[in-house]
Amino acid sequence: MTAESPLAIEASGLVKTFGETRAVDGVDLAVPTGSVYGVLGPNGAGKTTTIRMLATLLRPDAGSARVFGHDIVREADAVRGSVSLTGQLASVDEELTGRENLILLGRLLGHGIPAARERADELLDAFGLEASAGKLVKNYSGGMRRRLDIAASIVVTPRLLFLDEPTTGLDPRSRNQVWEIVRLMVSAGTTILLCTQYLEEADQLAEGIAVIDRGRVIAEGTPAQLKASVGAGSLHVRLLDPAQRPQAERVLSARIGTTHLEVDPAALSTPCGDADQAAEAIAELGRNGIAVAGFSLGQPSLDEVFLALTGRPADEDAETATTEERVA
Amino acid sequence: MSTTPTTGAAVSTASEQEALRKAIASGTRPPRASAFAACRAFAWRGILKIKHVPEQLMDATITPVLFTLMFTYMFGGAIAGSTKDYLQFILPGIVVQSVLFTTVYSGVALNTDMTRGVVDRFRSLPLWRPAPLVGAVAGDSIRAFSAGAVVVVLGLILGFRPDGGVLGVLGAILVVLVFAFALAWVFTTLGLVMRSPSAVMNTGFMALFPLIFLSNIFVAPETLPAALEAFVDVNPITHLVTATRGLMDGNADGGDIALVLGEAALLTAIFIPLTSRYYRKAG
Repeated sequence: MTAESPLAIEASGLVKTFGETRAVDGVDLAVPTGSVYGVLGPNGAGKTTTIRMLATLLRPDAGSARVFGHDIVREADAVRGSVSLTGQLASVDEELTGRENLILLGRLLGHGIPAARERADELLDAFGLEASAGKLVKNYSGGMRRRLDIAASIVVTPRLLFLDEPTTGLDPRSRNQVWEIVRLMVSAGTTILLCTQYLEEADQLAEGIAVIDRGRVIAEGTPAQLKASVGAGSLHVRLLDPAQRPQAERVLSARIGTTHLEVDPAALSTPCGDADQAAEAIAELGRNGIAVAGFSLGQPSLDEVFLALTGRPADEDAETATTEERVA
Repeated sequence: MSTTPTTGAAVSTASEQEALRKAIASGTRPPRASAFAACRAFAWRGILKIKHVPEQLMDATITPVLFTLMFTYMFGGAIAGSTKDYLQFILPGIVVQSVLFTTVYSGVALNTDMTRGVVDRFRSLPLWRPAPLVGAVAGDSIRAFSAGAVVVVLGLILGFRPDGGVLGVLGAILVVLVFAFALAWVFTTLGLVMRSPSAVMNTGFMALFPLIFLSNIFVAPETLPAALEAFVDVNPITHLVTATRGLMDGNADGGDIALVLGEAALLTAIFIPLTSRYYRKAG
């Protein structure tokens, strides 16, 4: 029932209420062992609260969940023995050095002092932090802090790692480093529950994705299934002169399809998955004397996923829920 | 992963990847840390913080110096007839006062800690649950000891002569530290209940001030009005001062010491479980 369990996480009907807000409102999850499972949703959707319940930091108000077959409430200690958490706030001690953080965790996990030191040095080397090992973490850059945070999560390699928005606020290079570490960990056998706001991140890393909104799972599937249900992506165009936007809208609508005016008065976008079609449309804008400042053809954003799945943008109503979650 | 900046998406060389792969593969799980080992590690964390920012010991050491000088020279003549006699009377009490004031800090530190992400990590580890708290409060004894030691050294310089000798003074400091450890749990509970570090600080000092001033630290209780004397006599801080004075003066009464240790045990028995409960439920 423990080692043989094919599911790393099985949650059914998890509920957590903070005051009037139902932060998590009946979440079901089935995460297979040995994969990255993405939980995709905007701020305040209930991602962090779900992770905190699964990591035994919060008690669910209703529903139940098992991690490798252990009940998260009744067998919390057994759960703690197989998971690690890299939280949204960096889960490292800013007032200690990087090396001290890792030694402290090694000792807390049961290593003697020499073994804890050795493990800390090994991780500092592997994560490219040896040069900053003696610096206080509060002086680390965002990327360094995140790497230390992940290193701290694998002082003892966990069977299940919770990663809560690991790349939010990171520059692209640091983000790629984090992704690389995640891939290596999965290939070494760790299961990862990844919470993210970025469809691209889930697409890059996860084999399965649950889209969560207002405390509920509203869609589930592989990244390909999800994208197929949403549409291939969008062509975003930014004009030099906002006055030309109505004209540009007519051209794009005729060439591609329904065109959406963005908040930026010089920008507009239209669903489009085909690069040739997009290039043709851009050329057509030029022939009509419409000056284009820039354009991009991208995967659907979280906003577009949400628009497709719920008929409303992702961040609507998120503000209040987020504050609730912080207060709690 | 290299520390030199690179451009583009490829972020690490094959050898760097290999190091990562090895580090991930070699994270085998040792047997669980014992409760004692976990507490020790958390105490070490507290000591490291003092090591990195030694200035934070300033308020634990400068305030006691000011109090010693101020009370001895301002009130000594008026209260005891001479500053020398008053120093002999007041010094053990100032040790108690200085050490006890540092206990509020345990609550302030815990309150600050709770707003940080690292507490989530500690709480998700398979540990003896009160270890982060017990370890932290034990680590804070360094601060408490510094405060007490500064007062004793200054007292000796100013002419304080303890008849109890070195053993008496060390015994007195030990008793004060034991009581401080117990009292700190009141403030850690407060630290988990209150919303901000400054609220913990203010409430803590507001609670401590009357208890400290309405004790036998500064004057003999017999000189007080009857109602006040009755309060002073039941104040645990009075009992602690009596025991401390006895040890330093070399005429300690076993009963006084036992009373203090009993009160310390009672505080600990009530407030460790209370603190642990709030710590578990926080978040």
